Amino acid sequence: MSTAAPAEVQAAALEDTSLRSIMRARWDALRSGDVGSLPVIIGIVAITLFFTSKSGIFFSAVNFTNLIGQMAGTTVIAFGVVFVLLIGEIDLSIGFVSGVAGVVVAELQLPGSGHQVPGLIAIAAALAAGAAIGAVQGSFVALIGVPSFVVTLAGLLAWQGVILQALGTQGVIGIQDKQINDISNYVLPKNIGWAIAIIFSVGYAAAVFGSFIARRRAGLRTGNPVLAALRVLFFSALAIAAVAVSNHTRGFPLVGLIVLFLVVLGSYVAGRTTFGRHVYAVGGSAEAARRAGINVKLIRIYVFMISGAMAGMGGVIFASRLNSVDLTAGGGTILLDSISAAVIGGVSLFGGRGRVSGALFGGLIIGMIANGIDLVGYTDAVKFITTGVILLAAVTLDTVLRRRQAAAGR
Amino acid sequence: MSKRFGSVEALNEVDFEARDGEVMALVGDNGAGKSTLIKCVAGIYSIDGGQVLFEGEPVTIHGPKEAAKLGIEVVYQDLALCDNLDVVQNMFLGREAHDPIFRLKEASMEHRTAETLKSLAVTTIKSVRQPVASLSGGQRQSVAVARAVLWNNRVVFLDEPTAALGVAQTRQVLALVKRLAEQGLAVVFVSHNLVDIFEVADRITVLRLGRDVGVYERARTTEQEIVQAITVGKAAVAGEAAT
Repeated sequence: MSTAAPAEVQAAALEDTSLRSIMRARWDALRSGDVGSLPVIIGIVAITLFFTSKSGIFFSAVNFTNLIGQMAGTTVIAFGVVFVLLIGEIDLSIGFVSGVAGVVVAELQLPGSGHQVPGLIAIAAALAAGAAIGAVQGSFVALIGVPSFVVTLAGLLAWQGVILQALGTQGVIGIQDKQINDISNYVLPKNIGWAIAIIFSVGYAAAVFGSFIARRRAGLRTGNPVLAALRVLFFSALAIAAVAVSNHTRGFPLVGLIVLFLVVLGSYVAGRTTFGRHVYAVGGSAEAARRAGINVKLIRIYVFMISGAMAGMGGVIFASRLNSVDLTAGGGTILLDSISAAVIGGVSLFGGRGRVSGALFGGLIIGMIANGIDLVGYTDAVKFITTGVILLAAVTLDTVLRRRQAAAGR
Repeated sequence: MSKRFGSVEALNEVDFEARDGEVMALVGDNGAGKSTLIKCVAGIYSIDGGQVLFEGEPVTIHGPKEAAKLGIEVVYQDLALCDNLDVVQNMFLGREAHDPIFRLKEASMEHRTAETLKSLAVTTIKSVRQPVASLSGGQRQSVAVARAVLWNNRVVFLDEPTAALGVAQTRQVLALVKRLAEQGLAVVFVSHNLVDIFEVADRITVLRLGRDVGVYERARTTEQEIVQAITVGKAAVAGEAAT
């Protein structure tokens, strides 16, 4: 997981790498408006405290695993949204693209339909369908220059129509295929859960210290080793705690592992590959990227394909959770929750700024609010108002901090 | 070389050359065709007539990538840097060092960036991991120029590099331009500012209304002669400007 906040990167680049100077650089960054992930962490703690005081169940092992299942679909879709926002575009079709993917996966597993395939192949087909939709919509944006807002708004309408048409006669398709239903419902055996937590911790430690040693060998400045060690300890403790809590009930859900795998993969693609670098460049200045020889059109199309494929994966997760798809597939608050998750997670709507891991934290906040409000027994009205206020607060905070950073010359 | 936009003749049979180790200034009033000429050589516009010779060989350039492959680099007026990326990321933009599975080699890129900045005596940039948005105009220009050097280019076009800079920063950039030529590159320096031009240029090409007025040796011309060539063309100065 890419965890280095911009401020941490800057702190690490300073000549003096003693703990005290890093703390001071971090504090300076904070005062000039570079708050990193602080608001999200404060938000998560505040929401936890509030709902724990209101409901005895909220802070329990059972609810923890429930929450993972509830937030998974939206969060996975939000990973795709991050890429679209990074190039300064928007994708409003993701909700119903996820619905289309749900229909595809349900239709392809239907026994006696004449086109039944194994569950995993049906899932692959659903992802491919999402990517193909993204390729078509992305082509209109990249090749013809139609604003993405309009292209994907048209998609929002059209793909909803496709879902209604496909389900028209019966209105619902049940899913019996075990592989598909396992996506959202399988829980990892307790030993496997422990093994994965340990593999994650060791892998993360190896990645952090690997790059530390590589930089030292290349004669470049390295961050403070104590700080790197603390970071490894923190995330290892988090992974082990998550498994420990889950193992108090049935175990860690498979879908949680899928979300973690995708956030690591997404962070890797965005942060460590040439493609990811070009995505940020297109979002920062498309003209500069074009002059540097980057194929801007192709990058845009690829990004919409990622968005479509992630929406497809989210649709599979939703369908698997319900063991069916019906006429409401892809509707409701899926679209706005996914975009909100990315934005709350610190991804700028104006392109070029933000990280994939932000969508995980944004998704967590949105998931916790929905989960807590349901537990306490408030109405949907309260849920919508709260989510709306938090979204506005997140974007306002972001805008104010940006201005402050600009004033401080950062 | 000629270039038309519809019925407008932006460049009309313009001859232009740049030699290794020399700073060639390209001057002209607004709309004289300076930027068009650069964009033709950089492969952003196609040319309608004439040819481009590179090391004596005729070449056709389709797009910025091919120009870069030949070793022609353009530093644009509006810099063409990505504000959200840091110095290293901008220096390698579009040509990142990566292994066979497209994994970025950050350490080696950072190393080469630091070395290149050092070789050009750019000392004002504190950290190469600073985002470009936080740099001053002169520092940004230095990054853009250094990017041209990083790739062992043969020809570097600098489009109005000092236009938006203060006095001290202009000095830095002009010193940088001289060091580029000293490293054996052919430097084309486009500017409105005759003081700057007379400080760094070895020769001066004047464009006027899409035609080249002539090439002047800096040592054998005066600011006044250049001003006349820019504003009224060669006819009026034909007597003195024996090139």
